Amino acid sequence: MSNEDIRVLTVQLAADPSSLVFLPLGEALRRRGQLEVAAKIAITGLTRYPELADAHDLLARILGDQGDLERAFDEWDIALRLDARHAGAHKGIGFLYYVAGDLPRALEHLEAAHAANPGAEGVAAAVARVREALALPPSLSGQIETPPVAHAVEPLPAPLPGGPVESGPAVFAGLEGAHDGLLLLDGSGLRLGGGLLAPDGSAVGDAVAAHLAGVFRDASRAVRLLALGTWRSVAAETADANLFLCAPTPDSLLLLVRDNSVPIGRLALHAERASDAARRWLGGAA
Amino acid sequence: MKTDIVGSLETITRVRGVRGAMIVSAEEGLVIAESSMEGIDGAAVAALTAGVIARLARATEAAGRTAPAFVHLQADGGALLAVPAPGELLVVAVTDPEVNVGLVRLELRRAAEHLA
Repeated sequence: MSNEDIRVLTVQLAADPSSLVFLPLGEALRRRGQLEVAAKIAITGLTRYPELADAHDLLARILGDQGDLERAFDEWDIALRLDARHAGAHKGIGFLYYVAGDLPRALEHLEAAHAANPGAEGVAAAVARVREALALPPSLSGQIETPPVAHAVEPLPAPLPGGPVESGPAVFAGLEGAHDGLLLLDGSGLRLGGGLLAPDGSAVGDAVAAHLAGVFRDASRAVRLLALGTWRSVAAETADANLFLCAPTPDSLLLLVRDNSVPIGRLALHAERASDAARRWLGGAA
Repeated sequence: MKTDIVGSLETITRVRGVRGAMIVSAEEGLVIAESSMEGIDGAAVAALTAGVIARLARATEAAGRTAPAFVHLQADGGALLAVPAPGELLVVAVTDPEVNVGLVRLELRRAAEHLA
């Protein structure tokens, strides 16, 4: 898209801020690498059209280009909740699963993207490559070096952030905060997996886990007394962090901790994914 | 002062979906004041809420973080929301599941400020 095209779109949007022209304008700016401006336009559009899957898809692609893959995932996840057949969102999430090494899920989403839009650029080839990768023995999977649909989000970060700071099984492998900010514990307050660092860098997972078992018991009693049914979560905001506590299974607890720039609603989304991982891990460990 | 407290609680209970509100002493878990708590065992809820908040505070302290400024316990049939207030107090609301949590949080914070 030429400078003149972008100028025309900008004028159109200025003349009619409620116009959907923010979609092609945001995408054009993203392709030119003007990511901050593109993000502003996408977010402004989303405030007017919060239930427009295409707008979430646009913001996800911009976030992906900015390297914020976790938020990109969330935006594509929202897009799929609004439109379960959204090709762009399936393609984006498929790519992210590929980057994280979860090839079965990558294939599932890429095939959905292909089914929704058979002509989409690169998707058919991506499906073929992931199928090929899945056919290889696990030790050979890593030999496929080029992501299948790299144009979706570039540049690519390393698949797994950070290194372990507290020893233990990799319950949350592939999830952000797998070793800092995600904690799985049993009903007695013993850490089963994950880890947590204090702001000074010290490992505090075990100490925090010990206190959380009491929260679990008191929360259960409180909701029983109030006849509120089963408790689902406890969210807490502090001056410097947000916490989200839930029970992936009746006998386990999951804690997420993020700085307070991450809203509780987003923590709940992260908790869903981490709980899935915890249930899979606990099921496999049983 | 008592009228102010009751007025603050009534403002909270006017939010659609709020079943009741109370002010609780954080250390002892005792009810200081309550509004529209029919059918709810206020004394027990106060004690348990104070317990949850205290344990969370110990957990956040162990994590090197500050004490909770807002707590939201969500259950299938409703929620318990709490905000600490000056003087070792808690402002607590019991709500239906469909309540506007953001609005209740706002009113809880306003009530907490009134207690300053």
